[in-house]
Amino acid sequence: MEKFEKLSGIAAPMPLVNIDTDMIIPKVFLKSIQRTGFGKNLFDEMRYNRDGTEVADFVLNKPQYRAAQILVAGDNFGCGSSREHAPWAISDFGIKCVISTSFADIFYNNCFKNGILPIVLPQEQVDVLMKDAEKGSNARMEVDLESQSITTSDGETFTFDVDSFKKHCLMNGLDDIGLTMENKSSIDSFEAKMSAERPWV
Amino acid sequence: MTAPKTIYDKIWDAHVAHESEDGTCLLYIDRHLVHEVTSPQAFEGLRMTGRGVRAPEKTIAVPDHNVPTTTDRASGVIENEESRIQVEALDKNAKEFGVHYYPVSDVRQGIVHIVGPEQGWTLPGMTVVCGDSHTATHGAFGALAHGIGTSEVEHVLATQTLIQKKSKNMKVEITGKLRPGVTAKDITLSVIGETGTGGGTGYVIEYCGEAIRDLSMEGRMTVCNMAIEGGARAGLIAPDEKTFEYCKGRPHAPKGAAWEQAVTYWKTLFTDDGAHFDKVVTIKGEDIAPVVTWGTSPEDVLPITANVPAPEDFKGGKVDAAKRALDYMGLTAGQKLTDIEIDTVFIGSCTNGRIEDLRAAAAILKGKKIKDGMRAMVVPGSGLVRAQAEEEGLADIFKDAGFEWRMAGCSMCLAMNPDQLAEGERCASTSNRNFEGRQGYKGRTHLVSPAMAAAAAITGRLTDVREMM
Repeated sequence: MEKFEKLSGIAAPMPLVNIDTDMIIPKVFLKSIQRTGFGKNLFDEMRYNRDGTEVADFVLNKPQYRAAQILVAGDNFGCGSSREHAPWAISDFGIKCVISTSFADIFYNNCFKNGILPIVLPQEQVDVLMKDAEKGSNARMEVDLESQSITTSDGETFTFDVDSFKKHCLMNGLDDIGLTMENKSSIDSFEAKMSAERPWV
Repeated sequence: MTAPKTIYDKIWDAHVAHESEDGTCLLYIDRHLVHEVTSPQAFEGLRMTGRGVRAPEKTIAVPDHNVPTTTDRASGVIENEESRIQVEALDKNAKEFGVHYYPVSDVRQGIVHIVGPEQGWTLPGMTVVCGDSHTATHGAFGALAHGIGTSEVEHVLATQTLIQKKSKNMKVEITGKLRPGVTAKDITLSVIGETGTGGGTGYVIEYCGEAIRDLSMEGRMTVCNMAIEGGARAGLIAPDEKTFEYCKGRPHAPKGAAWEQAVTYWKTLFTDDGAHFDKVVTIKGEDIAPVVTWGTSPEDVLPITANVPAPEDFKGGKVDAAKRALDYMGLTAGQKLTDIEIDTVFIGSCTNGRIEDLRAAAAILKGKKIKDGMRAMVVPGSGLVRAQAEEEGLADIFKDAGFEWRMAGCSMCLAMNPDQLAEGERCASTSNRNFEGRQGYKGRTHLVSPAMAAAAAITGRLTDVREMM
């Protein structure tokens, strides 16, 4: 997995609340058996007309946001389906950080497995960042995972919380499975104990 | 003496295989359910790293999302090439890694969340995961069950554990009795209407109260199924005699002395008096009406007797979301919900594709015809549900009324197979999500109970089922 340490990039504003994973990547694109190539279909039904032409006023189609690396989004981002195709599409598009007042649980976890940093902040701070994002490509935000801080183009800084284990994995690009395998003996002994206590499982 | 625990605390504690200093745990997984859409990349990951499946005997795979539901499917291949490749990939992976498998040709095939309980794989006190958010369904058995992403599917395949931190406890109590015409679907939608789709974020919900106790196992599965639509990691219901009765004799349930031993353990799975809940929601059963959704989020719930709301009825970001939803749904504020005309009815899904759901719909449809021009289909949740419905004469009731009688699968709940809404079509659906495009590009979905779906099929508009009882 790609490491996440610092990011300086354009932020795109998407103030709509309850953006679900069906919106992020519609089901017609879930039929791939690969993990890559989903970026062109990110937000497909909002982003393209039925004939394949772009919807001009959709945020990521606007010239100033086409290279966005940060998304500032409305509340409860990523709700609905567990499809990891949603973070795959976000990452494949080039977005490495999503900021909102809250995220759906499964989506939030899926982000960390794919080098994406989801940041939860209070409404007032998200409002400030949303306004900053609305300035377009001249306004770059700085995200620093080490110091857990975001700085707006005006130099205003907010700090955010992140689980220490998730931070460690993201900063070092670590493979979860490899880490868990280091605790194989704990799993072995748990399994042995359980098959004695609950043999029907 | 130990502190009083919730049922979630008990199941959690019984499955922690390892805990780090920062509280990050390896949670042992008892059952891993797998379907064709969210697993191919995980199996490929195992292949690329030379890893195997740690516990194939606890891993159960079934194709459901992509499979055609037409009755001629046994004779042909899947026409859509990508769908066919995905199903074939599961065939191959199941065989290569030696996991339990119910292929399309097997009468036991169906939606993974219906097959699991039906075959006795899901049992009280277990941890159950699947790369599918509606894994919450299995919580009806007093199991801790939740959806995971594909990276986590690979993690569970390789290690039989998940890296987790514990969620908070939330209690949703439905007190007293339900009124006639009100079902499990109306309970679960009403709860989401009350808490919002983010109200359960960070929590595991325990559903309790007299109205929950009174539900059958099928009804309890409907309630827990939509815990995810309220944002919760999982929803569960403490097991009782109904649970044990449902499990007894199922192919993979314990037998003989092991059964007795299991029941003894399962009887310890309840929330202790005085256990702490971080959040409590209480709803009176008698206050719940048959409901429908009007918008594009499962929280857009209203009693069928209400009118379509106006964006100004809401606050904050929901004002713009409601505006967008009304536009998408082609509705006008103030319009009576019962005046909304529909052209499609879908009965099925992991929310409402079980035998009791088909019975409830058939009870309304018996001796009646669906409205002229209506497209109506029943997609049983599994081949066994289908067979039972045929045996009970329900299939004939549906067919006589004008419904299509389909084979088992996820079908129009998410429209990955050919069962889709066309642009502008409007559906009364027993499924779980009314998101934009969910049942087809620009398709419009109103979520309802099976009985309400049947009533709408007859009248051609959203209808208060109580008028037909």
